[in-house]
This record gives sequence, C-alpha cells and structure tokens, in this order.
Amino acid sequence: MDFNQSADENLFDHARIIGKPHTRVDGALKVTGTAPYAYERHNVAENPLVGYPLGSSIAKGRITRMDATAARSAEGVAAVITALDIDELPRADSNVAKLFGGEWVEHYHQAIAVVIADTLEQARAATRLIEVEYEEIPGEFDLDDAWKRLQDRDVVSHVGDVDAAFDSAEFTLDETYHTASHSHAMMEPHATIADWCDGKNMTLWTSNQMIEWTRQALATTFELDADNIRLESPYIGGGFGGKLWLRADAVLAALGSRETGRPVKVALPRPFIFNNATHRSGTVQRLRIAANKDGRITAFDHSAISHTLPGGSGEDAVNQTRCFYAGENRRVAHHAIDMNLPESADMRAPGEATGLAVLEIAMDEMAEKLGMDPVEFRILNDTQVNPEEPSKRYSDRHFVECLQKGAETFGWAARNTTPGGKREGQWLIGQGMAGAYRGSPTLDSGARVRLSEGRLIVETDMTDIGTGSYTIIAQTAAETMGLEMRDVDVRLGNSAYPSASGSGGQMGAASSTAGVYAACVALQGEITKRLGVESARFENGQVVSGDKSVALRDVAQGEELVGEDSLHFGDFKDELEIGTFGAHFVEVAVNAYTGETRLRRMLSVCDAGRILNPITARSQVLGGMTMSIGAALTESLNVDTARGFFPNHDLAGYEIAVHADIPDMEVIFLDTQDGASTPLKAKGVGELGICGGAAAVANAMYNATGIRLRDYPLTLDRMLDRLPGA
Amino acid sequence: MKAFSYERIDDAAQAAARAFEVPGSKFIAGGTNLLDLMKHEIEVPAHLIDINGTGLDDIVATDEGGLRIGALVSNTALGADERIKRDYPVLSRALFAGASSQLRNKASTGGNLLQRTRCPYFYDPAMPCNKREPGAGCAALDDGADTRQLGVIGTSDHCIATHPSDMAVALRVLDAEVETVSPEGQTRRLTLDEFYALPGDTPEVENALEPGEIITGVVLPAPVGGRQRYYKVRDRASYAFALVSVALIETDDGKGRVALGGVAPKPWRREDADAELGNGAEAVMAKLLDGARPTEENAYKLTLAERTLAALLAKE
Amino acid sequence: MNSSNNVERQTKTVTPNSSTYSLTINGKRHTLTLDNRTTLLDALREHLQLTGSKKGCDHGQCGACTVSINGERVNACLTLAVMHQGDEITTIEGVGDVEHMDPMQQAFIDNDAFQCGYCTPGQICSAKATLDEIRAGIPSHVTQELNGPIELSDAEIRERMSGNLCRCGAYANILKAIHQVAKEQATEERS
Repeated sequence: MDFNQSADENLFDHARIIGKPHTRVDGALKVTGTAPYAYERHNVAENPLVGYPLGSSIAKGRITRMDATAARSAEGVAAVITALDIDELPRADSNVAKLFGGEWVEHYHQAIAVVIADTLEQARAATRLIEVEYEEIPGEFDLDDAWKRLQDRDVVSHVGDVDAAFDSAEFTLDETYHTASHSHAMMEPHATIADWCDGKNMTLWTSNQMIEWTRQALATTFELDADNIRLESPYIGGGFGGKLWLRADAVLAALGSRETGRPVKVALPRPFIFNNATHRSGTVQRLRIAANKDGRITAFDHSAISHTLPGGSGEDAVNQTRCFYAGENRRVAHHAIDMNLPESADMRAPGEATGLAVLEIAMDEMAEKLGMDPVEFRILNDTQVNPEEPSKRYSDRHFVECLQKGAETFGWAARNTTPGGKREGQWLIGQGMAGAYRGSPTLDSGARVRLSEGRLIVETDMTDIGTGSYTIIAQTAAETMGLEMRDVDVRLGNSAYPSASGSGGQMGAASSTAGVYAACVALQGEITKRLGVESARFENGQVVSGDKSVALRDVAQGEELVGEDSLHFGDFKDELEIGTFGAHFVEVAVNAYTGETRLRRMLSVCDAGRILNPITARSQVLGGMTMSIGAALTESLNVDTARGFFPNHDLAGYEIAVHADIPDMEVIFLDTQDGASTPLKAKGVGELGICGGAAAVANAMYNATGIRLRDYPLTLDRMLDRLPGA
Repeated sequence: MKAFSYERIDDAAQAAARAFEVPGSKFIAGGTNLLDLMKHEIEVPAHLIDINGTGLDDIVATDEGGLRIGALVSNTALGADERIKRDYPVLSRALFAGASSQLRNKASTGGNLLQRTRCPYFYDPAMPCNKREPGAGCAALDDGADTRQLGVIGTSDHCIATHPSDMAVALRVLDAEVETVSPEGQTRRLTLDEFYALPGDTPEVENALEPGEIITGVVLPAPVGGRQRYYKVRDRASYAFALVSVALIETDDGKGRVALGGVAPKPWRREDADAELGNGAEAVMAKLLDGARPTEENAYKLTLAERTLAALLAKE
Repeated sequence: MNSSNNVERQTKTVTPNSSTYSLTINGKRHTLTLDNRTTLLDALREHLQLTGSKKGCDHGQCGACTVSINGERVNACLTLAVMHQGDEITTIEGVGDVEHMDPMQQAFIDNDAFQCGYCTPGQICSAKATLDEIRAGIPSHVTQELNGPIELSDAEIRERMSGNLCRCGAYANILKAIHQVAKEQATEERS
C-alpha cells in the first residue's frame, strides 16, 4: 500500500479499539515469568554449551601474544577462540568498532576471546586463565581537551547572518554546557543462543530491536547469504537503542557454535556491557541566543562536540536547534571527535535528548535575561514552519497548547519566581519547565495476516521492547478486520515474517501499525474476492456487502486466507516537518545544606498525534521522564582519561534512577491526529518523554537555589559551596 | 570464580580451627559481598566453610547492660530488633540506610564488618590495585582517574579506597567491640578502631583478624541515650553507597559523638573532635578531618561532611 | 539458621567441587548435584529451567533475581545453591501462573506496571514482600518513627522497592499496583 498523501477521514476516526485503553496482551506472560527471553529458551536448541567473553584490558593497541593453553585444558571447556585465531570479521555499516578478530584493540573491553564450556561456571573461570600481552598505543580520551583544541567548525547549517544578528541584538546569551556519557542499561543483558553447527545455516535466538538490519549485519560479518540466517527475538528485556545492532553476544555465540558443532549461548556479563557495548556519547556544547527586547529570538548559534571511534557519528546534539523555535538567523555545527573510548552510538532520542538538555536550559536563561516567563517566552517563539526553510510547514504542531495545558494543570502561575526564594525547613523548593521536541520519522513496514476459522494471526518482524507493540498491533488488526482483541494473535520478532520498521527512533509504533493495516486491507481484498463482491465492510466479526453478511469464521470454509503487504511512505512527507512536541513541568526540593536534590512531582504534556493506546503510550512517556531524571541527576559514565575507559561499569557505579527517586508523575496527551504521518494518524511517543526532561529538572533546581548548573549530571558537588546552609 | 570445595561447620571454634588447617579457606555467611567478589576472582577461596549453622544468630543482654549481637544476625533482624530500635537507634538507622531489603535480609553482622571497598579500580581485575595485588600500583592515584567516590582521609600513597559499611559507622559511634574466636579457641574483643587497619603501605591488610580467626559477634556497651541520628548523603535517593555519612549522638549535657562514613578506609572518628560538638560543625570537622588529603575530584567531601553535620545540628 | 536438619547436612570432610543437596522450590522438593559455584539463580534458571527469576546483573545490583527463601526476599544471584539444603524457596512461578494469578500479578497488569517485563518477576516478588515487611513492622530508611506502627505511604513503598531497578521506568505504575493490592488486603482483613 502506498501512502502518498495525508490521510482523510477514515475508520480510525470512528474507532472501537484503536485509541482505547487496553492492558497489554503479553501481560500475563510477563507477570508470571513465562515470556521467553533469549537466554532462557531451553526448548529451542538441544544441550547448548555456554560461552563467556574476555575483554581487552587496554583501550588502544595491539595484542602481541595470547596463550589459551591453560584455558583449553580447563575442566568442561570445549573450545577457546581468541582474537588472534581468526581474521578481523568484516564490519556491517552499523558497526563502528569491529566485533571480533585480529590483533588490533580499538577500545577497552573489546571482545578478544570467548571460552565455550559445558557450564557458565566453567567458561567464566577458564577466561581468567588466558594470558594476554599487549603493545599499548596512547589514545585520545578527554573530550574537554578536544573542545579546547577545536578551532574550525564543521557548520552543519547556516541560515541568515548569525554574526550580524548577535552584533545588533539587544539581549544575548553565550554559555557552555556539558552532558555526560550514558549507558542504555536495559535490564536484560545482550544475550543470544546460536545454532551454526553446520557452518552454513545460522539460527539465532537473540535479543534485538531490529531483526532485518541484524540479519543483514550477520550476513556481512560472517560472509553468508542472508537467506541462510534466521533470527528470533520475540521478547526483549529493554533496548533503548543498545540492541539496535549486531553485538558481541551474537557474534561470539555464532563463532562458538561453528567451532564446537553445538548450539552455544552467550549473555554479556553486566560489568562487561558498559565498555563492550555501545553508549551515548557525552557532549560539550556552546549555545548562543540573540533576542530583541520584545522577546523575539533573532539568532541561534549552537555548536557541540561528542566522541566517537573513527568512522562513527557521535551524538549530534544540535539538530533540534535548527527547527524547534523561530528565529531568522541560525547556525549549528557538530563535531564528532575521533577518540578511543568505547563505541558511542544511538540511545533513546539520540541527539535531541542531549541537545534539548542544553537548549532548554539556555531558553530558561534567556527568558530570565529578558525578564519574561519561560512559558511565555517559548510561546512567543513558536513556529509553524521550519525556520530554516519556511516553505516547509509542520504537518501538525501543538507545542503552544502543550505549554498552556501544562502550565494550567501544574499551577505554574502560582509559583515563586525569585530564585532561591522558597524554603521549607532545610529544603529549597523550586519549579521549572522545558519544551520537548522529537522528530517522528516513519519507515516502510510490512506484515502478514492469516485468517483461519475466525482467528486472525498477525506476523511481522516488528519487535516489542516493552513499547507495547504486541498490544497496539492487535488493536490495529482487530479494528481493521472488525474483530475483537481476543480474536487476534500477534507474532513478532522473527525473520521468517515480513520486515517491519523495527523498534528505534520512536518510529516503531506508527510505522508497524500502518504496515499491519496494509496487510489487513490486503486480506480484505482476498476475502471480497473469495465472496465475489466488489467491496465490503468488516464489523462485528462479519463481512457485510450490501445486504449480504457472512461471518469471518465462515468465509474461507476451513481454509486459511492470507493477506500480506507493506506500507510505503511516499515522498510527500519530505515537503513537511513531522514532529512530536511536549512540555515538562517539575518541582524539586534541594537540601540547603547538602545539595541533595529530590523531585517532588513531574508533569508532561504531549502532542504526538493519535495515541493508539493511552495505557501503553503513557507508560512510554513515564519511562522517558524517568530516564530524563536519571540523566539530570545521577547518570554518568565517568571517563578515566588516563586509561581510556568507563570505570563505573556496573549497576552500582552507574546510577540509574531507583524507585525512591521517582515522584508523582502525570502525563497528559493532547487529542491530536496527524494525517500526514500514517493512515492511523499516529506518531511516535517513545522518545518524546526523555527530550527536555533533564532541563526541566535543571531549571527547577535553579529556581530552588539561584545556582545555575550547566554540567550534567547535576550532582551536589557542583553547587555545595554556593548553597546557603542555615 | 575458581572452583572450591564446600563444607558446613556448625561450631564457630571448630570452623576457625578448620579454616586454619585447610589452605585457602574462607568463611561464608550471607555471601552478599564474598560471592560478588568471587565472581570477579577478586576473592579466590579454595575452600568455603559455611558457618550459617553455628547458631550465632541471636541478640542477648550482657552483664554490663549492653547487648551481644551474634555475627550471623542479619542486617534486617538487627535493625528491626526492638532493643536496637529503642536503645541504639543510630544503628537501626544506619542499617536501613544501606543496600536494599533483599541484601539486608541476607547480609550478616560479621560479613557487613568485613565488606571490602567499592573502589571501581579494586573491582576491575584488569586494573592495577595494591589492595588486590600488593605492589601492583594503584590506578586510582593516576591523573585522570575517577576518584569522586574515594577516600579523603586515612588514605595512603598506596590506596585511597573507603570502607563502604554504614553499620560500622554506627557501631563506631556507639563504642561497640568486635568479638572473635581464634583457631585455638581463644576469644578476644577489639574496638572498631583496633579492628580496622589503615592502608599505609599494606592496603591488602584491612583488619586485625589473624588466619582462621572468626568474628563471633559484636558487643554493644550499655545504652548511652541522647538524640541519635544517621545522615547518609548519596546521589540517588536509595540503594547507593554513601558519598558521606554522619553518625551523631547528642547527649543532654550538650556533649556527643560523631563518626563519618564514606571518607576513609574505616569508620572515621576522633575523640578530640567529639569534644568540639558544642562549637559547631566547622569546629568538629577542623579536628575530625585534620590531615585530609583529598583529590581534586573528591575535595567536596570535606565541605559535604561539615554541611551534613551542620544540617543535623541545625534546629530546623 | 534452621538447625533441625543437621542430619541432612554435608559431612565435614573436604568435599570435591560439587555437592548433592535437596531444596524445596514452589512446594516441590528437588535434589541437585551441582558444581559448588552454582548460584541459586543459576540452579533455578539453568538446571531446573525455572527462568522466571531473571539475571540482570549477577552482582546484587538490580533485584531482577529476587526470590523468597524461607519467607524472606533475597537476591538469588548472591547466594550459592549449595547453601540452601532444606530451604523453602518461592519464585515467580510459585507466586502464580497464567490461570491462577496472584492479586499482585493481576495488579501489575491492571496498572501497566511493567514494559519490557524483564525486571517484573523480581518486582512482583519484592512488592509482595514489601507489604509483608510493613505489616511485620520492619522499619525502612524513610520510616519516621522507628518504634511505632509503619504507615503504608508512597514513600515507604518507594524506598522498599528501591532494590529493584526498572530501566523502562515503570515505577509510578508499580506504586499504583502495590497500593491496589494493599487496599484489597485491607478490605479482606476488615470483612
């Protein structure tokens, strides 16, 4: 099905099931511990061996010697494969660092060996018997140093005359900010069971957000025909971008299986994940804003750097500054600096999460300079077109309504406006807000639907990483086919099924439901053909054509009818800006003595098109808000600039938010539909919640203390000496 | 984790004798820190002696009017004990400020005292660490190391790790003593100050225990009363080790005692600092933190310790 | 420290690196002969194929492996299976199955108290224990008065659930699920 123009009024505007609250269809399996995650699939491969990885203990250099003799003769060990045993594996486009093989070391904890044994205990112990010698090469590990050295700027985009605008502006801001590197820290470690016993046909039971990309990456990495590779990933214990790509678990399991002729399973040990797998790069950002005294922004100048291994793209923190607010003159520049830290790559809302954490502090600072309310300042500088390219309008943008609804619900008007001016006992109380923006891309998505005796089975390689895909896909199919939720089975995450968008870039929900809709329409075509009618309505389990009505269960008379199609998104979208918008409001308490910061409440208002399921969408936004609180207050992959790695590489050292950090939270969805996005008029919402949230916390802390922090995480040591105490 | 043999011995003195006799022996009680370290091969016992059957799991009154806490009493049971809550509240507070419910249910009193540091370089076997491997060097002392959580006082040129226990800070302020039995069956008592060693040039030596010697309990002196508080400052609101913690007892005569956690290789207390309590937090810390040698990254702990005590002393 | 089952204990010789022992899991007795290094979590997941208890970190830093041993919640990753001769262990599989869900499992579904589902069994085991521990009068870090009854407040629940990380950020909904069950229990007690 081609989607070549904005959707008009359609069945989703009169929906019975779409847009209504439905609890998760996979809920019962998850709460009983019976949803099968990758490493747990005891029934798929007989008697698997266990693989355990060894990582490099240097950041950059060459392995000069590896001796695995002792490991090979250790109890239970079936095989040891070292990096020196095989040539460097070819890299798929999506992999910056090599995943295995060869003498060169590109980052700390890069996999350099795997031990395959009968049990985990045996494999783990044997890895410690491998002797490794290195020739170390000095590396670049300090982003601040790089920032200081940076003279030229790769200008991504320059519109108008920024320098002139700053020269003539009545108010300007020019500040530098830091964001820390972050780990996805999904609760399920990367894990794979691989069966490549014959060295030809490979089957992986894995935990991966992107089935088709990863199948192709495996084909490249192992120089196989993709048709000989099968992947299953029906349940995924969180991803957040960390499982977009082929990673070491799958590669080591596959190599081990080929070597031993047995299925092999590998889960990455948690302390290994932080440096071995990918992370979001930290940034240094300079933001300049110019405005006239009426509060209208005349120019933005945003430059940022992030780190990457050579060949990667880092964290592009400037992108949203091109289009979020009005202003005639704008310049953005991003430098991805080649450094020798582990591989930086996408993490939830790559770019915007980091860029808005800074832009939205700067907006708060600018509003203060102008003596304006920060909500009013944003409303004044709203735009309905892309300010870089004014002919390109936003398909559907209700940012102002988000701000207004949020301010009203939160009680913004009643807040204390004097920074440091409100105290309750030992606690300074503050409120802050920030805007949220995230693009809403879509990707062509396919699905197959099979109707047999009134039951509908939906098959697509779309994944559910906790996002609710199972549920919204069931809703889409039931709605389109006139069935009830209980009549639909959804099967996901299998390369045998038609390829969908996968889960990434908050495009999954909108794209994959559109694909399922296309497949259902194809099935409807099969049904009408079978019944010999021109057209029909599908309602209440019946096919109705004129005054004829047949139960869907009876249509095929015991046969199975199949519909398969993809939704192709047309070029017309390129003429539009399609995005999602929001506003966050936060209240914090900061201890006047110690600087401990605790949230008291948080509200987010979202404009994200039709909300397919308010229950699962709300959870997605809550999750983003929660992650933004971690990013604001505690999360940092600390960099050891002497040795070039992240030393706090476990879940005690890398502090994600715990339950006690999370206050009362509220999410409000505006009732909007965006026909330019998909036939369901839906957009993504999975990443919007993390965009801007950290800045709302920062701004609330400023309001509480009068101390402006510009470096994340906003820990107490950054302000302790400036706090009032008594 | 290296392979090990396992046995269970249900008498403390016999366990001590056995540990002395079998090379590479280690006692296991709760195991919440030992197993963690064994998985990293930071601890590599060849033989584990499970002491959970030794019956050291009760809290009984002493003739001196105090309490004797068995080494196997869990952190939860200790913190929730009616006598501890009533007469030694700083200990209850410290216990419940530590770890999570799951860990406190398993962690023992003796094991808590023997917790090893959470220094990230100690925890990463690929990094040089004098505590793990004497003479290997210390990655935390190199320029560019991550030292925000590490020690500011009592440290040495060989090690700047801290002791992570909350419980031990409260025990220190309560003048508790550690009771042990040797492989020969001799018992002795050590104050916490005597029990814990400073790193000096032997950071691998963390306490006064002799080979085979086993902790059988902790003895609390008669209750001292007063206002008892434990203030643990950390980045996230729970389930994190202290940046700084302060155990404080203020008695009615205007005197009191202070001990610090999160700053030193052992719970940190000086009696001459206690004497300054009437003069405010700054005066106390001038004594208590005298001789501190922070890194650039953890110098904030000096300010934080003073401010945390000030918050406790403030009448608001 | 149950000393009544001395008879069943290991003999006091230096044993080889594996041991044989019996434990009761979800009401069913199992006899295992395993490498001494096997944690309770790996015994459950790998050897008994009870995969409901999850391995998120294997170092006691996430709570995904939370199970109940003799009525107390613990991290199954930080205890050796060999140390549990004779113990009664309850995992999520023993809490309830798809046909017979525990009210806490139903409350998690009703309140969408999970997303990816990986931390969920541990959260549910902890949530049940949280209510039991409050009822038993065990204080927490946020308990105002150590010596009085404990209020079933948001702060108490949040603190007691903080040993169970959820990266999807379902905390706000987990809190609601626990309140739902607490209310149900209070109604039952009254009637």
